[in-house]
Amino acid sequence: MKNQLKNIFAVLVMALALTSCSKDEDVNPIIDELADVTKFKEFTNATHTLELYSHSSVEQGYNEIKIRIKDNATNVYVKNASVSWTPLMHMTMMTHSCPKSTVEKVSPDGTVYEGYIVFQMAQNSTEYWDLKIDYTINGTTFTATSIIDVPASIDRKVNSFTGTDGVKYIVAYAEPHHPKVALNEMVVGIFKMQDMMNFPIVDGYTLKIDPRMPSMGNHSSPNNINATQSAAGDLYKGIMSLTMTGYWKINLQLSKPDGTIVKGEEITGTVTESSLYFDFEF
Amino acid sequence: MKKFILFFLLISCFPVISQENKKDTLKPKDLKEVIIIGKKAQLFEKQAKPLSSIDEYLQKSAKVDMIKRGAYAWEPIINSMPTERTLVTIDGMRIFGACTDKMDPITSYVEVSNLSEATLSSGQEGACFGSTIGGSIDLKRNQSDFGNNKWDFNINSGFESNNKQKIIGASINYTDSLFYVSSDFMLRDAQNYVAGNNKEIQFSQFRKINFSGTTGYKLATNKLIEGSVIYDKASNVGYPALPMDVSIAEALITSLEYDYSPKKSIITNWETKLYFNTIMHRMDDTKRPLVPIHMDMPGWSKTFGYYSKIKMNFKSHHFLVNLNSFYTTAVAEMTMYPSNPNEKPMFMYTWPDVRTFYNGIFIEDNYVLNCHSGIKFSAAIGSHSNKVASEFGLGSLQIFYPNMNAQKNRVLKSFSSNYNYNKNGFEYGIGIGYGERAPSVSEGYGFYLFNSFDGFDHIGNPNLKNEKSLEGNAFLGLKKEKWNAKISASYFHISNYIIGKPDTTLVPMTIGANGVKIYSAFDYATIYNVSLSTEYKLSNYLKWNSQLVVSRGKDCNAVNLPFISPFNYATSITYFKNKISSEFSVQGNGIQTNYSALYREDKTPDYVILNLSFGYNFKINKSKIITKIGAENLLDAYYSTYSDWNNLPRMGRNIFLNLNYSL
Repeated sequence: MKNQLKNIFAVLVMALALTSCSKDEDVNPIIDELADVTKFKEFTNATHTLELYSHSSVEQGYNEIKIRIKDNATNVYVKNASVSWTPLMHMTMMTHSCPKSTVEKVSPDGTVYEGYIVFQMAQNSTEYWDLKIDYTINGTTFTATSIIDVPASIDRKVNSFTGTDGVKYIVAYAEPHHPKVALNEMVVGIFKMQDMMNFPIVDGYTLKIDPRMPSMGNHSSPNNINATQSAAGDLYKGIMSLTMTGYWKINLQLSKPDGTIVKGEEITGTVTESSLYFDFEF
Repeated sequence: MKKFILFFLLISCFPVISQENKKDTLKPKDLKEVIIIGKKAQLFEKQAKPLSSIDEYLQKSAKVDMIKRGAYAWEPIINSMPTERTLVTIDGMRIFGACTDKMDPITSYVEVSNLSEATLSSGQEGACFGSTIGGSIDLKRNQSDFGNNKWDFNINSGFESNNKQKIIGASINYTDSLFYVSSDFMLRDAQNYVAGNNKEIQFSQFRKINFSGTTGYKLATNKLIEGSVIYDKASNVGYPALPMDVSIAEALITSLEYDYSPKKSIITNWETKLYFNTIMHRMDDTKRPLVPIHMDMPGWSKTFGYYSKIKMNFKSHHFLVNLNSFYTTAVAEMTMYPSNPNEKPMFMYTWPDVRTFYNGIFIEDNYVLNCHSGIKFSAAIGSHSNKVASEFGLGSLQIFYPNMNAQKNRVLKSFSSNYNYNKNGFEYGIGIGYGERAPSVSEGYGFYLFNSFDGFDHIGNPNLKNEKSLEGNAFLGLKKEKWNAKISASYFHISNYIIGKPDTTLVPMTIGANGVKIYSAFDYATIYNVSLSTEYKLSNYLKWNSQLVVSRGKDCNAVNLPFISPFNYATSITYFKNKISSEFSVQGNGIQTNYSALYREDKTPDYVILNLSFGYNFKINKSKIITKIGAENLLDAYYSTYSDWNNLPRMGRNIFLNLNYSL
């Protein structure tokens, strides 16, 4: 009995200790900034080391990337840099970039900068991506470039095509990272290729979604909401309903503000899949 | 089957109302119907087929019928109402089936060898152990009595020719003045049955083992403690009317009871029971040759509960108070295996770990007005809550109900009142009742449950209101020396009548399904049942019984409800003298004209079947052998009834032999 009391006391003390620990963490927000991400790349120039983080490894498609810049002299992470980046695909005949966001600080006091890059194609034995990061600290500009490994994704996460209007589009799946049997908030990036280096978001379009399970009679799911923008320049948001785990094909149709479908087909008795789609398994 | 035969013992049939004029000794009249199942050798002797299934015993009643999806585990319907609207208990214990397709009604987890009788209460008179609309069946376990030191051995064995069913069972009982222990075991093993005209019904086999043990100890002359356990396991059970079979269904049912009968107190009996039961049920389609996609559909249910029932007599009042509570969990899963082995299996919760917690109190006063008449009041109130414990499951349901909360609380109320009169063999009674029920787990929380009868996937609806029933009942009887007759009627007006309604915007998940239905409610539906039963004593040994039943059910748009019996009749002549017994019976239905096309019922043709049985008792020294031999569906009619799922044909000619050996 006495021993038991001792045990209970010990557990209580430990519990208290643990709760106080978590309070300490709140004081130091740096740990939170890198929650759920892992480092996939680190490279240096003469002055700094750049650390790149993402949820898993980077692959073809939409990638959220976080950056930390460490001063090699002091080993201190830089808090006041302004950062921009340029991903470049080196193909045999040409070089081009891809859709990307600006790079922003995650929190004012933190050391992490973040943004996204949509690699619309994967590397191969002769063609590769590199990432040039330009940053300014206290008026001094620096630059660093490194090759980035962009393997092909297993799931279809990005579509790059020429629409019926002759415009080249890129439609990329951003979220959810971990789909659930539920109504999932779906985030999609829709870009057009303005030139080899600029891929702005298109505004006012609608991405119609129709999730299907080809292995089970190609049944659909209820209460999906097509992805739209809440403001110009934003990523597109919709609701993707998944009624069970397994392999899902998210059939898509991209419609212009005037309602013209530039790519994708409606699923009917005879048309079982759209030429524009995402797919995944969970 | 031969509904009318044997042992319709309205307790009132007993001459319990003595001729003495002392009011206090008058016993109240109970309108419950008791179906004797057996155990005692004397009872065995009177049964045409003692080792028939519980289902066959129950459907002898005019108020009970069975929905049949195969040869095994029929679903009882009381007053034309299925499981959701009824209450089936085992000695007052709440048990919940673990199958989303109702392939395992509670009655499938017990055996005739476990039970002595079934008490059938119509409508709100069955509200003692919880809320009900149609009525209740309480299956009473065998109870040993304390007595002289005695061992008792029994062996039961049976064979049925049609499906090669082999039955073997044994029981051992010991009693003395302070202690008893009884145990029994039964095994049934059947192959496919053959319908009339030699049509074999594929996937109608089953195998079941059942064990039960009870032990009681007398703590004092009026105090008793009793523990009991039932273990039941069915395996390789075919359901020919369904697209899936059952590889295993297993139940463990345990209880501990304390019984106190105070002396010289207004409390005559106080019975308290704690119980726990757990059920595992595994649907399986691996033996079916043609399935669009293979799937596993296991389900589990666990229930903890108690009740404490006090009986009190005060002057002419006979009070019954029952405090009861249960907590039950229901989980069912579906995993589908794509034909491409590299693809991940598809998984969903069809019952998302729904926890139901009920606390209720039931009060009854059976007030004896005089030696001819009495009046009974009862009332119950209970709190009922459902909680979806699985986050995965809650997310799934929120696909349909984005604002749905995990928990939902309800209050369930009921009351009833009955008046009865009995003088010189003339009797009548009238009653009214009001009751409410919460939606079942499937109705509230089911997720893509495929119903192979109407071909729709069904989605539960957590926002359903309580179903409310207003009921009226009456009976009129006449009892003479040579004959008696009784006509009974009950009428139910059920508001917020819960039923699945098609939603054409939804696409079914099941391959080949007709559509999706969301559980919803009609404003109301009405159901009535009228039955006439007669008995005529042709001689001291020869009796002629008959039973006629008329039922009708309609929704608020005057559309027929499904599973309502057409005109149904049964008649039998029984002979019983000393060692010899015999019975000839005829049973049939009229054409089902009021079928429900909306629920994909069709016009079931009329049918009639004949049954015949003989029995003889041998006595060799101290041991006794009861033999019964008989034929069911003597003319090998090919038929199906209104309650056969997807018009599954019933068993053709079947010769049975039952043996009971007791030492």
